[in-house]
Amino acid sequence: MTSKSKWLSAPYALWSVIFIIIPLGMILYYGLTDKTGAFTLDNIIAITTAGHAKALRLSVLLSLVSTLICFLLAYPLAMILANTKTNKHHFIILIFILPMWMNFLLRTLAWQTLLEKNGVINSVLTFLNLPNLKIINTPAAIVLGMVYNFLPFMILPLYNALAKIDKNVINAAHDLGAGSVYTFIRIILPLSVPGIISGITMVFVPALTTFVISALLGGSKLLLIGDVIEQEFTRTSNWHLGSGLSIVLMIFIVINMIASAIFDKDGEGSML
Amino acid sequence: MIGRSFVVRKGLPDMKKRTLCPIYILILVLTFMLTGCASSDNGANGQVIVYNWGEYIDPETLDMFEEETGIKVVYDEYETNESMYPKVESGAVAYDIACPSDYMISRMIQNGMLAEINYNNIPNAKANIGAQYYEQSKGFDPENKYSVPYCWGTVGILYNQTMVDEPITSWAQLWDEKYADNILMQDSVRDAFMVAEKLNGFSMNTLDTDELHVVMNSLIEQKPLVQAYVVDQVRDKMIGEEAAIGVIYSGEAIYTQQENSNLVYAIPEEGTNVWIDSWVILKNAPNKENAEKFINFMCRSDIALMNFEYITYSTPNTAARELIEDEAIRNSEIAFPDLSQYDNLETFVYLGEEGDTLYNELWKEVKAY
Repeated sequence: MTSKSKWLSAPYALWSVIFIIIPLGMILYYGLTDKTGAFTLDNIIAITTAGHAKALRLSVLLSLVSTLICFLLAYPLAMILANTKTNKHHFIILIFILPMWMNFLLRTLAWQTLLEKNGVINSVLTFLNLPNLKIINTPAAIVLGMVYNFLPFMILPLYNALAKIDKNVINAAHDLGAGSVYTFIRIILPLSVPGIISGITMVFVPALTTFVISALLGGSKLLLIGDVIEQEFTRTSNWHLGSGLSIVLMIFIVINMIASAIFDKDGEGSML
Repeated sequence: MIGRSFVVRKGLPDMKKRTLCPIYILILVLTFMLTGCASSDNGANGQVIVYNWGEYIDPETLDMFEEETGIKVVYDEYETNESMYPKVESGAVAYDIACPSDYMISRMIQNGMLAEINYNNIPNAKANIGAQYYEQSKGFDPENKYSVPYCWGTVGILYNQTMVDEPITSWAQLWDEKYADNILMQDSVRDAFMVAEKLNGFSMNTLDTDELHVVMNSLIEQKPLVQAYVVDQVRDKMIGEEAAIGVIYSGEAIYTQQENSNLVYAIPEEGTNVWIDSWVILKNAPNKENAEKFINFMCRSDIALMNFEYITYSTPNTAARELIEDEAIRNSEIAFPDLSQYDNLETFVYLGEEGDTLYNELWKEVKAY
């Protein structure tokens, strides 16, 4: 690095020290100490207590389901986008990004209004004499909230990876006698792995740590690990336990990141 | 200035890139200067930083205070006592005034977080607020040294008479399978536990582990019937007829009835919580004098009346109550119940750090179940 670029990066270095390194250090400090400031692993081991372990299991399960649904919804769309030759795909992408211009909390609250017992959807269903939808305050509502909020994070990396595939490779496969299914399995899918991994990370990590979605759409009846951590900080004021559980959560995220680093050596999927 | 000297001294080619760095510094300096300016943008007579419950004041009274005194009000809100405490304790923002409930006030007194109130500077507090409320406050502030009552009330059941088969008069009916998915519980540990403690005939301040486990099991047993655990949302959900029965603060009841006439408020026969929220001045308050002026202003009868009419929580300001024009509200059983007809009312007391931890752990088990 030349001295020039060092100077240029100084504000970013400062930024990451103040807003990334120091907070991480504080979480580590709080997570590994008790109220008297003595070293302890209790806050980490606390994840094994019944309530915490159940919250973590539920979080992992719901985020896996959400990630899978996001993937199944996003992949066909990303393929259509990648194969659209005209400028239409810019417009379609815009439509998927458009909701993100509105506040995340507001959109989740809107879903609450939609799904409620006397909400918009059920009013329409009642009007049409159809049976009502009863998913508010259930895991299904939380998964719906996660999929809705995080779907764009899956579409964009997938689209990016698929658009980069050289059409000549696909044509070559066809020339050599591969049918479209075989081409998809042997050529397109493997070449889009970096995008898949990146998309999975972008969806799985925020879904795993969310606490707003479960509070608003789950009626606070389902405790996710994010809720536990939030309450330790805001209500119980046990920052040590909150930090300890955050460290456990970070371990899951690091595992996820290592996996993406192995599959995504060229950083192709890291568009976002 | 910094930028120019930097460029001149180095005086190298490729100016475009080189000037970028000073620009960064300039931006940083400007940002600090601007934020600095913002924080010193006070009223003519300084400022007062108030930390109050959400939707717990008529915003117009704040404007009036600013206009009359030239003191700028910096206003911040919280949703539960438990979320207020750590923020005040950490001192991240140096608040002047807060409005905690009874048990939280005794916790703050015990931890030396409150300043003694000089009533000479708050003449309205003694003149307008009923003596019985100071008497009641002695449960958590024995010498009335730290708190000036702002609102009080009970916790009860709000039900929609078109959605239930019989009047709801008992906590036990919140365990009735008939009302499955039609019950809203409070999402705060003390309020939720209070309901089950009264159901089982225990004190709402019990620290007996066996009793608390019975209470926890009651709450777990109730959980499948509960539609949602909510705090402020109970109001809108009851108005929108999302649920038939909700646990609610009496102050919200009048407002919800104005919006939906099917709603009825009841104090359950097993007894309930009588609470007081009071103004306190924090020990490390940067603007103590302004804080006293603010509390004095809030105790003025016309201001207390404005606040009562806006938030509909019972006011301990007897002078303000006399000013209420609508007789039905002035003598309302909900806003101003005659507490002597109930013999099993209690007020929360602070449980100590261990007690709090125990309650929180059991509550977490209920929520995770």
